[in-house]
Amino acid sequence: MSDNIKFLQGNEACVEGALYAGLEFFAGYPITPSTEIAELLAYRLPQRGGRFIQMEDEIASMCAIIGASLTGRKVMTATSGPGFSLMQEALGYAIMAEIPCVIVNVQRGGPSTGIPTHVSQGDVNQARWGTHGDHAVVTLTASNHQDVFAMTVEAFNIAETYRTPVILLFDEVVGHMREQLVVPQEGELALVERLRTAVKAGVDYHPYLPREDGRLPMSDFGGIHRYNVTGLFHDMWGFPSDKPQVVHDLIRHLVDKINNNVNQITKYKSYYLDDAEFILISYGASARSALHLVEYLRPRGERIGLLELQTLWPFPDYLVREKCGHAKYVIVVEMNMGQILQEVRRVMDQPQKVFLANRIDGVFITPMDIRNIMRVVQGKGV
Amino acid sequence: MAIKEYIRERFFPHIWCPGCGHGIVLNSLLRAIEKLGMSKNEIVMVSGIGCSSRISGYVDFHTLHTIHGRALAFATGVKLSRPELNLIVPMGDGDALAIGGNHFIHAARRNIDITAIVMNNRIYGMTGGQYSPLSGYGTMATTAPYTNIDHSFDTVQLAMAAGATFVARTTTYHVQQMTKIFREAVLHEGFSVVEVLSQCPTYFGRKNRLGTAVDMMEQYKNNTTPVGSKAKKENPDLIERGIFVQKELPEYCHEYDKIIERAMQKIT
Amino acid sequence: MEMCRIVFSGSGGQGVVTASILLAEAAVLYESLNAVQSQSYGPEARGGSTRSDVIISDSNINYPKVIQPNVLVSLTQQAYDKFYPIIRPGGLLITDTRFVKIRSKVDAQHQELPMYQTVMDKIGKPIVFNICMLGAVIALTDIVKTESVIKVLESRIPSNFLEINQNALTLGIQLAEVIKR
Repeated sequence: MSDNIKFLQGNEACVEGALYAGLEFFAGYPITPSTEIAELLAYRLPQRGGRFIQMEDEIASMCAIIGASLTGRKVMTATSGPGFSLMQEALGYAIMAEIPCVIVNVQRGGPSTGIPTHVSQGDVNQARWGTHGDHAVVTLTASNHQDVFAMTVEAFNIAETYRTPVILLFDEVVGHMREQLVVPQEGELALVERLRTAVKAGVDYHPYLPREDGRLPMSDFGGIHRYNVTGLFHDMWGFPSDKPQVVHDLIRHLVDKINNNVNQITKYKSYYLDDAEFILISYGASARSALHLVEYLRPRGERIGLLELQTLWPFPDYLVREKCGHAKYVIVVEMNMGQILQEVRRVMDQPQKVFLANRIDGVFITPMDIRNIMRVVQGKGV
Repeated sequence: MAIKEYIRERFFPHIWCPGCGHGIVLNSLLRAIEKLGMSKNEIVMVSGIGCSSRISGYVDFHTLHTIHGRALAFATGVKLSRPELNLIVPMGDGDALAIGGNHFIHAARRNIDITAIVMNNRIYGMTGGQYSPLSGYGTMATTAPYTNIDHSFDTVQLAMAAGATFVARTTTYHVQQMTKIFREAVLHEGFSVVEVLSQCPTYFGRKNRLGTAVDMMEQYKNNTTPVGSKAKKENPDLIERGIFVQKELPEYCHEYDKIIERAMQKIT
Repeated sequence: MEMCRIVFSGSGGQGVVTASILLAEAAVLYESLNAVQSQSYGPEARGGSTRSDVIISDSNINYPKVIQPNVLVSLTQQAYDKFYPIIRPGGLLITDTRFVKIRSKVDAQHQELPMYQTVMDKIGKPIVFNICMLGAVIALTDIVKTESVIKVLESRIPSNFLEINQNALTLGIQLAEVIKR
């Protein structure tokens, strides 16, 4: 057997991906079902000179990774629903102050303490709008361990490219199940490193003045440029400003830098879409059940396909329109009350052909659950 | 280096009211840093939200103006990530001990090498005069129109009980002592807490009929006494000032370096 | 090969989950097969009924849970009572004679094995009961080679416990061989 083949939990695959991407600092707080990520990093990070800290709560964890990121480190935290709620204020700060960081949310059932040891995908809209104010956000997900690894690496790359927090929205099923991971060789996956300013010491450095390509080179805290970072609207020096032009330009910049790059940020997988009459749209663990059904029905003559979304936010409007426009029926498969369904209906020219196959009882949705909805949609009954 | 060298003149005038004690704290802090001869590049100032927190914008260090109550959590991330940097965290009393109370005691418990300054004006100034956890029983505030029934923390005792290894208190009247204490606090290896009684004539003073800023400073002079003085025994209402605790205990980042050593040995 | 769906059930602390992981890992690391293991979690760390699902196949495994197991292992009465109705017709049911009393006949090949008793008689340590069970499972199903499981044991088990684990595995295999003959 080769050393790079591993049999492990999804949470561990996330850790492997983060370390591959160059994670150097992790702060977190124990919470089911994400705890394995913290436990493994407490063990692994110091082995490579990195640092792990268990903070007093999730608020502090989110703040600590922002602080560490400003010193030039690649940083991450991991949590689940209740902890993700606590992180929202500092997440907004990271958006406003443009701090690269990665936040993992291994979803469980909510609201509130909910159902800690069971699966859900109920935090999709929280990832999008959990923190207050107008903003854009990047959220990625995955349905198997190879993709958990790849999306974790991608999350770090996007965080550095766009100077933004990136949310990895996994779920209890993928987080806890074990399967194979083939760890890519060094160099096999591209890594984006921090873009640092070339401005020399003593020359005025503008931490918040975007270059022509929209990117903002950074300078590490402790380095040669001293500047201010704030969650208030700020000018190109990072100093608070309430000038209407400054406020307008900044919010425009924060939203545009993500939304104008939706094509680059969008990751997805497609199965048998070309001739599909029935298209399932799914993500995370639910996509496994959806794919199971597709693979079962295809040989039996059913023209069914699957669009698996890996980027949930910014929502890939164009992709869904392009891939699903021709379908007779579109069924969104997810474990919530229809959070991605809303988006699909919003972007489709004929929203009346979009249906929901869901499960909200803490039980992992089965291929049969989806099959039953298909029958209902076709007017055949369960 | 002249004091002015530590200031971002571009961003003045400051937002503080006439008579506010916070400018005196800024002045004393910069004098302390000047005496220590520290390079501006090795100082990171992290603050939260409130009148006090604006101090970070005015100084020419690496400055991080964060969210309400969380300055110490951000600072912990900076410090653990780059232990060679000097972290100074000025906070208001509500910032440090109400919304940030949990971070305060946990930073103290870890004994991480950060200098925490609690600029105690006993009121939420920026929001217009609401009572804080340090206002005290019987005081008046916009949210205590019939007098305040909340008892206050004693910042010094709280810091000591939580494990801070340097704990001091001073006032804006005692500027020389303040500078000296700041120097000691910054030099101290471990979690340092300096409480500075800083007048807010605009809200706390006005609501509680304490007179002008000068009157309030006068009260700092008359109502405080050096730690362990005889005067305190005779008049227990006097507030003690000076250094209460100064002890050497293992510092958090040093301890983590040992963890790294242990972890690396395990793989080789 | 046909997809093999196994449910391991027992009580917390019996090592059922560990045994299931060892099996799945052996399949992935040493037999180039696909395997998925998952378990249902409750808040308690010990006690309660435990269930671990393993699917082993040479093709992709998408839906990771087992609805109808080909192989069901039950090491407690509670687990047996709860899960025996789900076994796939014609499947294999393995129970321990000491802990499980059979209620009704299932449409499956049923093997009652004195695994616990044998471990206690020959090794004297209940901690390797699960490994004995694993030995019986691999011998009765031929799903992975014994050497593959031994390799996993070697990489996972501290050296001072390795021998009793290997012995327990052999005991389980022998119990199964008797039946097969």
